[in-house]
Amino acid sequence: MVKRQFDYEQKVREIRDKLEELNNLSSNMEFDLSQEIESLEEKIENNRERRYKNLSPWEKVLLSRHPERPNSNDYIRYFCEEWIELHGDRHFGDDSSVIGGIGRFNGQAVTILGYRKGKDTRENLQYNFGMPHPEGYRKIQRLLLQAEKFQRPVITLIDTPGAYPGIGAEERGQAWAISQVLMTLSALEVPVIAVVSGEGGSGGALALAVADRLLMLSNAVFSVASPEACASILWKDLERVEDMARAMKITAHDLQRLGIVDEIIEEPLGGAHLNFPEMAEKLKKALQKHLGELTSQDSGELSEERYQKLRKIGEFRG
Amino acid sequence: MEKEEEEKKVALPINCPSCSARIPAEALQRNLKVCPKCQHHFSLNARERIDLMVDNGSFQEFDADLSSFNLLDFPGYQEKLEKAQELSGSREAIITGLATVDGHKLVLGVMESSFMMASMGSVVGEKVCRAVEQAMELSCPLLICSCSGGARMQEGMVALMQMAKTSAVLGKFNQAGLLYISLLTHPTTGGVSASFASLADIILAEPGALIGFAGPRVIKQTIGQQLPPRFQRSEFLLEHGMIDLLVERSQLKETLSSLLGLHQEG
Repeated sequence: MVKRQFDYEQKVREIRDKLEELNNLSSNMEFDLSQEIESLEEKIENNRERRYKNLSPWEKVLLSRHPERPNSNDYIRYFCEEWIELHGDRHFGDDSSVIGGIGRFNGQAVTILGYRKGKDTRENLQYNFGMPHPEGYRKIQRLLLQAEKFQRPVITLIDTPGAYPGIGAEERGQAWAISQVLMTLSALEVPVIAVVSGEGGSGGALALAVADRLLMLSNAVFSVASPEACASILWKDLERVEDMARAMKITAHDLQRLGIVDEIIEEPLGGAHLNFPEMAEKLKKALQKHLGELTSQDSGELSEERYQKLRKIGEFRG
Repeated sequence: MEKEEEEKKVALPINCPSCSARIPAEALQRNLKVCPKCQHHFSLNARERIDLMVDNGSFQEFDADLSSFNLLDFPGYQEKLEKAQELSGSREAIITGLATVDGHKLVLGVMESSFMMASMGSVVGEKVCRAVEQAMELSCPLLICSCSGGARMQEGMVALMQMAKTSAVLGKFNQAGLLYISLLTHPTTGGVSASFASLADIILAEPGALIGFAGPRVIKQTIGQQLPPRFQRSEFLLEHGMIDLLVERSQLKETLSSLLGLHQEG
């Protein structure tokens, strides 16, 4: 049976609750168990550390989709002293699965764009589970050009299962909208830093990943298509999704080895959601560092370097 | 009468998947692989399409030796590549080169659907980029005939990044003020539709071609409804403003020639 949820932390919690009970019980009786309990607690902690160091790629997929995982909105609120969200694509509508606006980051005005997932069913319905329609990509396109006009650096946050596969999305040109964003981002003269903060699903996610620096949280994943889709298409077997997740090389470390990811931001033990302030602070520091480096570069040089970086991706013979 | 009878003996007639007509193989070939009854456009392989479009003997191929390898050690990929090469007679899923159409010089790329559904991996991305760069160097127009199932899963994120790479090179091409014509043929979906195939100045499509980002099966599964008739077909896309023109195969060369002429100075 393939695991569909990462429930390790829940099991740890259950054991800890039992220990707590035992602790209370022992204090009401004459024998003292506190030393044994302490050593058990230490064992649990060691076990956790080992466990999280050896997560399988599929377990990372599950963690990256964890319902409590911090979303783009959480990061934006943490990063920005001021934040104004902007809406709409000026063609058809406002896609709430994409959050975009202007913020003050470390004293500097920046444009931030991200895919937005919800935390509960109501929010997920509102944000379409983080899956944009063409309006979302056209909002991105508009705000990218706006950032260029006002020479604001761009920060993007990637956390989406992919572009929405629906009738309206196709009618309104999903492929056209995504391709325009790819082309626009590749030529912007302002600095662009992209962060894969959760799930990076396919071309719909890629639209925000064309950047001078691509950062990735240590439990995030980024894949050409979901492991489920690949397992069912290539192997006609959904039960082999764990093997597929491994074969596809989708983890931050795999992608750094492949030269696609520039820096990995380590998550707190157990994942970003277990200690959001620590995670957000670490990511903020990394963004500050890269932004500082990029801002000091000549803008023409910057876009040429980004271009050369993209141009080199690919391996072949002959 | 007698001659037709003989043709039937030589090759089995082909059933049109659209109107079920039985078409003698020779007749289908003569009609550019278009059903004479219902105009259904059968797939052409890359060489056939090149022959159909360019002036006789004018085609000079680029980068014919570029080939893929199993860069992620993906199970079974090497065997798939070998099989695809055998089946298609082509090294990879796109052929690029220089040619003339009614004397107009152009760089062209034609995707080969029998090679792993013309999925885009490193080699397709690289050959598209090099073709675009060649066109810039020669200051001549570019034509890419697409058909593709999308990014090649066996090359993982390296394949997905080819979308960004080809889009970036086309950004430069666009800046250079040169003409890019994209011809969408059956089927063009996924990563190819959402990158170089959509970024042209003029987008043409063959009748009845399936064109879109998500495949119809995925959409049907997601929304749990039947899809409207002719959904994602080129006629549907024309109606929704996504392409410039439907071009029947018999009119293709003439249309290209005319467009190329209209973009020539003086």
